[in-house]
Amino acid sequence: MRKSWWKIACVILLVYAVVGGLLLPVPALRQLEETIRNLYYHVCMWFAMMILFTVSMVYSVRYLRTLDYRFDLYSRAFAVTGLVMGLLGYSTGAIWASYTWADPNNPAYASFGTIAREPKLIGAAIAILIYFAYFVLRSSITDMDKRAKVGAVYNIFAYAMLFPSIWIVPRLLPSLHPGQEGNPALNFNDIDARMRIVFYPAVIGWTLLGVWISTLNIRIGMITEKKWLHE
Amino acid sequence: MNKRTLRLIFTMAFSLCLLFAGAQDARQGPVEMADAMRQNGKIYVVVAVILTILAGIILYLVRIDRKVSKLEKESL
Repeated sequence: MRKSWWKIACVILLVYAVVGGLLLPVPALRQLEETIRNLYYHVCMWFAMMILFTVSMVYSVRYLRTLDYRFDLYSRAFAVTGLVMGLLGYSTGAIWASYTWADPNNPAYASFGTIAREPKLIGAAIAILIYFAYFVLRSSITDMDKRAKVGAVYNIFAYAMLFPSIWIVPRLLPSLHPGQEGNPALNFNDIDARMRIVFYPAVIGWTLLGVWISTLNIRIGMITEKKWLHE
Repeated sequence: MNKRTLRLIFTMAFSLCLLFAGAQDARQGPVEMADAMRQNGKIYVVVAVILTILAGIILYLVRIDRKVSKLEKESL
């Protein structure tokens, strides 16, 4: 185990996110009811994804500035974990939406056809697919330097594409998803104070978990590619 | 664990998600919070189950971390 204080912090925060997230009081909201607690898990996945992709982009820039192969390894590992978090955010969102947006027994709820046209879902799917293309692109290039360089440039482009696809366009269109007029869950008007005391620690906890997994990947990569690094 | 097993696990996990996403639940009337679960204490069962899963994942991560540290020492 290396540099373990933040790993301990991660475990404590995640335990708090589960215990506090399930037991502490939440506002009683129609339609959402008890599922509002998903905010501590589903939304945290997206926050963690965004933070990990940002870190990945920073390392891509650093790679292009220094051409140090280690930064390429860092940026790839953070992008992988970010993508996993994004996929988890997407699938948890699918489960959550099917119980709160679409309900064939309740005429007040939307149909699945409306959900298929949901701009936030389409935007998130585009963003995730663009990151999938990053890995396809990387594995299609056999030359190491070329792979690192092209990968870094594409990673910066993919990060830039996150903004129109998940931040801007979904907000210009009508949507069932909350957070139309600001940053979902960060806006002080739409998140209850009782929820904030669990939500912020949960974001940090899940992000640290992502960072932990990424560093493991990086360290394994460092060992297996040591022979390249020392040339 | 080889690549094929990992791929199988991922496929199964995501098809499970899709299965749950397709399931439906009918609810109407006043805002129904899970008060009954809180009254009879069954919510603690849920908390215990999730904490056990979390503990398992964390222990697994710690084991991988230890293994990587050992490999790092060996390769020095």
